[in-house]
Amino acid sequence: MVIECKHVWDYLSDYLDDTLNPETKELVQRHLEHCEICSAILDSTRNIVVLTADDRVFELPVGYSERLHTRLAQEIGSNWKKSHGDSAD
Amino acid sequence: MNVELTERDEAQMIALILAGDTELYHELIRPYERGVYKMALSFMKNESDAEDVAQEAFLKAFRKLAGFRGQAKFSTWLISITLNEARGRLRRHSTVRMESLDESPEEGGHISPALLRDWREVPSEALERKEIRAILEEAIASLSPIYREVLLLRDVEEFSIEETAAALTITPGTVKVRLHRARMMMQKELAPKLKNASPRRRWFQWS
Repeated sequence: MVIECKHVWDYLSDYLDDTLNPETKELVQRHLEHCEICSAILDSTRNIVVLTADDRVFELPVGYSERLHTRLAQEIGSNWKKSHGDSAD
Repeated sequence: MNVELTERDEAQMIALILAGDTELYHELIRPYERGVYKMALSFMKNESDAEDVAQEAFLKAFRKLAGFRGQAKFSTWLISITLNEARGRLRRHSTVRMESLDESPEEGGHISPALLRDWREVPSEALERKEIRAILEEAIASLSPIYREVLLLRDVEEFSIEETAAALTITPGTVKVRLHRARMMMQKELAPKLKNASPRRRWFQWS
């Protein structure tokens, strides 16, 4: 059985997560082997997923952690001191 | 260093915190500071509101800690509190800023990906460049909330399908459907932009 490109697109996310049933996975795989457009779509989607997970996306504002812990200490009455905070110390 | 705490460590810390050692709460939440902020930022769209939401979420979690029974993972529980805080705040301000896309139809048509003939991988070093980070952040922020939540938990926080479902109180099947659409929308939006982002002929940079 052969499937068309637009059906393959419907499976790309599950394919990346490896949650397709074995038969569908096989069909998709066989299609990808000879379809360079679908392969490029798969590769670009995978790459975007990888980049999205990178910790450098979404920078934390300077001082965020310190302000958070200072506020928490005030509100919950803990004895947190700045020196506890940084892993650098 | 960010040392991952095991669930058992966390359960022990939570018991000690509830017994009065409130200082430990600072340690308990340390691995989640970034994730909570990112979640808040994707909703609030500006840093200072996001920071407020994050602080409130951590405070609420502390106050409700006795109600955390370990039925979910602490991270999942914390993220649901953050989501509620962010949604609540948006609702209160909804006369000024509406999340108009909130109601977008879930099963709406098919999303066609951006068609490319070849795709050169964008190296992760590209993220050193501010404009690349900015287009990624923008693309995530432009998703409507139901897709953004799922994408953030699954692809940014790297929660499993089940954990994502638990945090959002939706079924794993719904997670998969929304995730698929979210990823395809990201691909459609980003692939054409990132395609030109790979550094070409780096060795000729000076020319």
